[in-house]
Amino acid sequence: MFIIECPYCGPRDQSEFSYGGQAHISRPTNSEALSDQEWAEFVFIRDNPKGLFAERWNHAAGCRKFFNCLRDTATDKIYAIYKMGETPPQIDAPELKTPSGEPAFGSGNDGTKVAVDQTAGKESA
Amino acid sequence: MRQKYSAFRLFREGLRGHKGWKPAWRDAEPKDRYDAVIIGGGGHGMATAYYLASEHGMTNIAVVEKGWIGGGNAGRNTTIIRSNYLFDESAAIYEHALKLWEGLDRKLNFNIMMSHRGVLNLAHDDGEARMLKRRVEANRLNGIDSEYLDAKQVKEFCPPIDISPDARFPIIGATLQRRGGVNRHDAVVWAYARAASALGVDIIQNCEVTDIKTEAGAVTGIETTRGTIRTPRVASVTAGHTSVIARMAGVRLPIESHPLQALVSEPIKPVMPCVTMSNAVHAYCSQSDKGELVIGAGIDAYLSYTQRGGMDTIEHQISALLCMFPQFSRLRMLRQWGGIVDVCPDASPIITKTPVKGFYINGGWGTGGWKATPGSGHVFADLVANDEPNEIAAPFTMERFYSGALVAEHGAAAVAH
Repeated sequence: MFIIECPYCGPRDQSEFSYGGQAHISRPTNSEALSDQEWAEFVFIRDNPKGLFAERWNHAAGCRKFFNCLRDTATDKIYAIYKMGETPPQIDAPELKTPSGEPAFGSGNDGTKVAVDQTAGKESA
Repeated sequence: MRQKYSAFRLFREGLRGHKGWKPAWRDAEPKDRYDAVIIGGGGHGMATAYYLASEHGMTNIAVVEKGWIGGGNAGRNTTIIRSNYLFDESAAIYEHALKLWEGLDRKLNFNIMMSHRGVLNLAHDDGEARMLKRRVEANRLNGIDSEYLDAKQVKEFCPPIDISPDARFPIIGATLQRRGGVNRHDAVVWAYARAASALGVDIIQNCEVTDIKTEAGAVTGIETTRGTIRTPRVASVTAGHTSVIARMAGVRLPIESHPLQALVSEPIKPVMPCVTMSNAVHAYCSQSDKGELVIGAGIDAYLSYTQRGGMDTIEHQISALLCMFPQFSRLRMLRQWGGIVDVCPDASPIITKTPVKGFYINGGWGTGGWKATPGSGHVFADLVANDEPNEIAAPFTMERFYSGALVAEHGAAAVAH
């Protein structure tokens, strides 16, 4: 679970949003000329990367507007939020060390561990 | 070389301080070259290796696993077994698996703790009841045991369930498959590993595949974290990461990866005599032999490889469970986990060869791969050995997405996705 910053309403819990799948998929304009294989590509086949992914979200329990999001699917870290129709910003996301992004032999997915800043809050205390 | 397990053996070892047991299977070192390499040491991968060796005589093969065998989705599921699927194609493959489950412990000489305790699929409204009755008839036409129970019969079969008509989602009936049930996931993986290893299969753990090498459109080998392995055949059985592996060979698939969460309660005395599943309010529940309630639900909606998922899904899962079993409200939950499932647009698996010669894929089982483990391995071994899908596997090739002959099993898959 993570916080999503709606570009219209501000940061909200992920459970307020509904998922819209991969972003920047456009319907083919020459549909009558497409082969069955090309149609299947458009209808069924999506990128499914372990890493940076451009996707759509809808603030279903808020403003109900769609927007785009650049998220790392290996860590759920959100790198950018931008409005529909805009081009995705350039991001320097860290490369995964191995395809699974996990330690070769370990207790699960290190990529998912939440980084806790040990110094946070200490100065004011 | 493999030890035979028996009551006598257990008794004898009991008298000798259990010092005579040998490791069940060899933890092998990778060789330079194999006739075939299976990527993924889960249930399906181990079953594939076993049937390749035992039925197709391919013994110079290896299973490579990035972690330890059975440490992935095989150890992260709710172990429910059933075959009450609606369409003929699905019924054929899941019934094939269920028939193999029925004799598996004797065949592999390993106690997989198979318990045919019955699976209830609950109906909460008239529309759902009609669909379930239709499925009962479809099952019977396919020779699969299936019956419809009214609410009173449901209560008799599963006493802890709440069938009061004023419930938020009243239970008006259910289908019952008596041959359905649960088993022990680790035991299944170990049983197949032991049998495959005895036939000469190398099981290589701690070995992650980082690349698939191709030449002139055919597989030549794989790169791993433990060196290069040359092989003309690579079979991917990596649930959750099928797309990641397929991309190494340049193959795109209609698969999305989502977290699927489950949790177990503290152990309690026997209370649940069967498996219950509810598609509408959405939770499924059984009791393990240790006494824990094993509770599953639907997938998290968003694409993710993080093995945890969101708290809101657990909330839905628990509230759904309490709709059916109010008395569980004071139970404490011991632990929660998420596994990554490959979800296909039609909720059916992909068992296919690919445009890359020698590269085969078995994946996309979505939320219901466990029940298919022996059947999946059996038909996939057939495909890898003969380069053609057999009659059971043929409807599940990639072709269906181009031809439109989908096997749309969202209803019978019984998990919201």
